[in-house]
Amino acid sequence: MKTDRTLWLTLSLTFGIPLVLAVLNQVTEIGAALHVPTYVLALAGKYLCFAMLALAVDLVWGFAGILSLGHAAFFALGGYAMGMYLMRQIGTRGVYGNAMLPDFMVFLGWKELPWYWYGFEWFPFAIFMAVLVPGLLAMGFGWLAFRSRVTGVYLSIITQALTYALLLAFFRNDMGFGGNNGLTDFKDILGFPVQADATRAVLLVVSALFLCLQFLVARFVVDSRFGKMLIAVRDTESRTRFLGYRPESYKLVVWVLSAVMAGIGGALYVPQVGIINPSEFAPANSIEAVIWVAVGGRGTLSGAILGAILVNFGKTWFTGALPEFWLYALGALFIFVTLFLPKGVMGLFAMRRART
Amino acid sequence: MRRLFAALLAVSLLVLAQPSRADQTEDALTSLGTPGFDNVREGVEQLATSGHPRAAEIIGALQAGLLFVNADQTLFIKQGDDSFVSASDGKATTDISADDLKQVRVNNGIRNAIEAALGGLRLFSPDAPTRLEAAEAVYKAHDPAALPALDQALAKESNAGVKTRMLEARAAALLSAPDSVEGDRIAAVAVLRARGDIETRGYLASLSDQPPAVAAAITAALTSLDRLAQIWSVAQSVYYGLSLGSVLLLAAAGLAITFGVMGVINMAHGEMVMIGAYVTFVVQQFMREHTPGIYGTSLLFAIPLAFLVTGAVGVAVERCLIRFLYGRPLETLLATWGLSLGLQQAVRSIFGANNRDVDTPRWMSGATEVGGLTLTWNRMYIILFAIIVLASLMAALRYTSLGLRMRAVTQNRRMAAAMGIRTPWIDALTFGLGSGVAGMAGVALSQIDNVSPNLGQGYIIDSFMVVVFGGVGNLWGTTLGALTLGIVNKFLEPIAGAVMAKIVVLVLLILFIQRRPRGMFPLKGRAVES
Repeated sequence: MKTDRTLWLTLSLTFGIPLVLAVLNQVTEIGAALHVPTYVLALAGKYLCFAMLALAVDLVWGFAGILSLGHAAFFALGGYAMGMYLMRQIGTRGVYGNAMLPDFMVFLGWKELPWYWYGFEWFPFAIFMAVLVPGLLAMGFGWLAFRSRVTGVYLSIITQALTYALLLAFFRNDMGFGGNNGLTDFKDILGFPVQADATRAVLLVVSALFLCLQFLVARFVVDSRFGKMLIAVRDTESRTRFLGYRPESYKLVVWVLSAVMAGIGGALYVPQVGIINPSEFAPANSIEAVIWVAVGGRGTLSGAILGAILVNFGKTWFTGALPEFWLYALGALFIFVTLFLPKGVMGLFAMRRART
Repeated sequence: MRRLFAALLAVSLLVLAQPSRADQTEDALTSLGTPGFDNVREGVEQLATSGHPRAAEIIGALQAGLLFVNADQTLFIKQGDDSFVSASDGKATTDISADDLKQVRVNNGIRNAIEAALGGLRLFSPDAPTRLEAAEAVYKAHDPAALPALDQALAKESNAGVKTRMLEARAAALLSAPDSVEGDRIAAVAVLRARGDIETRGYLASLSDQPPAVAAAITAALTSLDRLAQIWSVAQSVYYGLSLGSVLLLAAAGLAITFGVMGVINMAHGEMVMIGAYVTFVVQQFMREHTPGIYGTSLLFAIPLAFLVTGAVGVAVERCLIRFLYGRPLETLLATWGLSLGLQQAVRSIFGANNRDVDTPRWMSGATEVGGLTLTWNRMYIILFAIIVLASLMAALRYTSLGLRMRAVTQNRRMAAAMGIRTPWIDALTFGLGSGVAGMAGVALSQIDNVSPNLGQGYIIDSFMVVVFGGVGNLWGTTLGALTLGIVNKFLEPIAGAVMAKIVVLVLLILFIQRRPRGMFPLKGRAVES
């Protein structure tokens, strides 16, 4: 792996800033000049998880040319796995006080836990599932799609169909995932209360750590020989095939890797946000994730992280200050970036560097 | 000649029946006046079948508690002004005081008898709809006691429709009667089988204790009725499917054109549909204010206006945005998505986030029944509208010079440009045409869906599925795709539920794309690889 300034800068910023925020929150008193309120920690944690999703999208879109309009599905599946673990941790503290069944199941008159909820009270199993389920879904979907050479716009549309189908499915009460309301009212994670400041600080640092790890993995992949192949597939798939390579295998590997990264992002997202519901599957979410990447700069990895954080920061600010203008701003951002900023913010940096 | 003879026979029978009938009337009135609930009930039943001209009035008075009797068991009816008239002939009586009279009391058994009797009496009403209603009521009650009245009414009945109903009522009563003969019963089953609605099926299924031959006839009738019902329900599903398919077709046709000609995915297509629906709303508001006389035709004005408005928006979008992004389909997708967010928010700012009321004109509401099918008019008109839009689009592509150029650009853009076709201009017009069709779809959708800023969002994914399924650049493919998706969806719905049906369709589509990565009718030739 090549090491350069961007790599070190990205790593130090993505790990350093959250660490500073967490430490400041913990060591200073409320009201002190440098105190960071807890809600900032939760927000920052959310941004970092979105950055993981953006990283995953950039890996497939920027380097393999697969525009996924359904990546939030993998993110949400990872989130649901974590949500199921957190639901089981509630135990008898729920409204109905049922040790086995989450509240919504008691409410719906379920008598016993469905088989697919078994094992989720055990943290390592839940984490394993948060990786396995998105990975398996991506493998099945990708194997079918890439093998039959579904490409370009067609692939984008069926990824959207995938996440839309999942959205509809998770809305159903009899799926056993809480239907419309999803999973919420979490109490603790690994024995620590989810709402506590210290837990939030730790979760933030863990998210930062995982984001850095994912970034390193992604950099490793794209800098390797495998990454060169991906770029070849992205630029001229048929020529790569005529040279004797199998583009579908390369695409499948990176597709599954990307789904797993998104799943981990989702798993870290849920305890920090405190809820997971089917709206996470909405096609609009996946498309928004693509725009994060486009804003930051497609095919730059660091740009994906930057874009996710910038756009979401903008969203937080806009929905607080000028709520009715957020959609205008987001819409304009889509158009502006595609028309005038095809290489994103990272492209601007690169241009300045080239000029000096 | 034979008919004349039959008529004469009937008249003579009636004349012959007269004396015994007079006796019956006497008896009936006597029993009505005799104390004791059983006597009163018998009186009601006898009076009902006696054909007495005042039977309905007397029984009605009994029901209202206005029938009184004196010590000689003569009946009187109390009038609104507390005077009394004689029950048998309606003549006013002055020499009667309320103190000499006793009210004829009723219990539940008598009340039932009264209701049956009044139902039967209405069979003789001079008014055909009333008779029809009465026959229907007797049919529903299938009470054997109504048989004599039915037979009399049948003999007099001249209206064919009412007669059929009476025959059915008679058949139902016959099957309920304990003493009717087997041949009559089998004939009755045949009559009911010919009627064949759900209620009849239920009645036939509820019959028990029938002789074996009749039971066999009933079973056969039930099987055939069930098969018929199944066929109708399949037909109904096909109709619903066609209706959904035509909606999908309307929404997807414009998309198929822009995608086919320009290779551009327009994520703002749903918003064009939404704008079309809002144009309908505005047109209706305007016409309600200024031209209320022709308000019923508002949709006819909305359709061309929606086409023009959304078409103009489409041309503007193409000139200002999409032409900078040719050859980058994925970026186009993102930019048009951004546009769709902006358009949604703009409409929300102007018209508010709530649903807007769009009226359905009177000529489009209601439904008609064809056999076992319920066809709602608005859906029928939408199917018709989809056919007209599709036909005009095809004609435009086939016979106009713009259509010729569009097809040329679809097949080979560079060659078309080399032949002197101004491809940018064609692109703009194509985009305008596609958007205009979407706008007209919006007018149709305003009739069956909520007009809100999110209207387009609900259709965009489905429209994409149709285009991807049908293949691009081929309106037949789009049509077949839309109808197939619509019908498959509606057939799955009763089995799996509406949401599950949709999920199954999506999954089937994802699988289908694996087999045919470019839809059912892919473009052939060099254009494919570019």
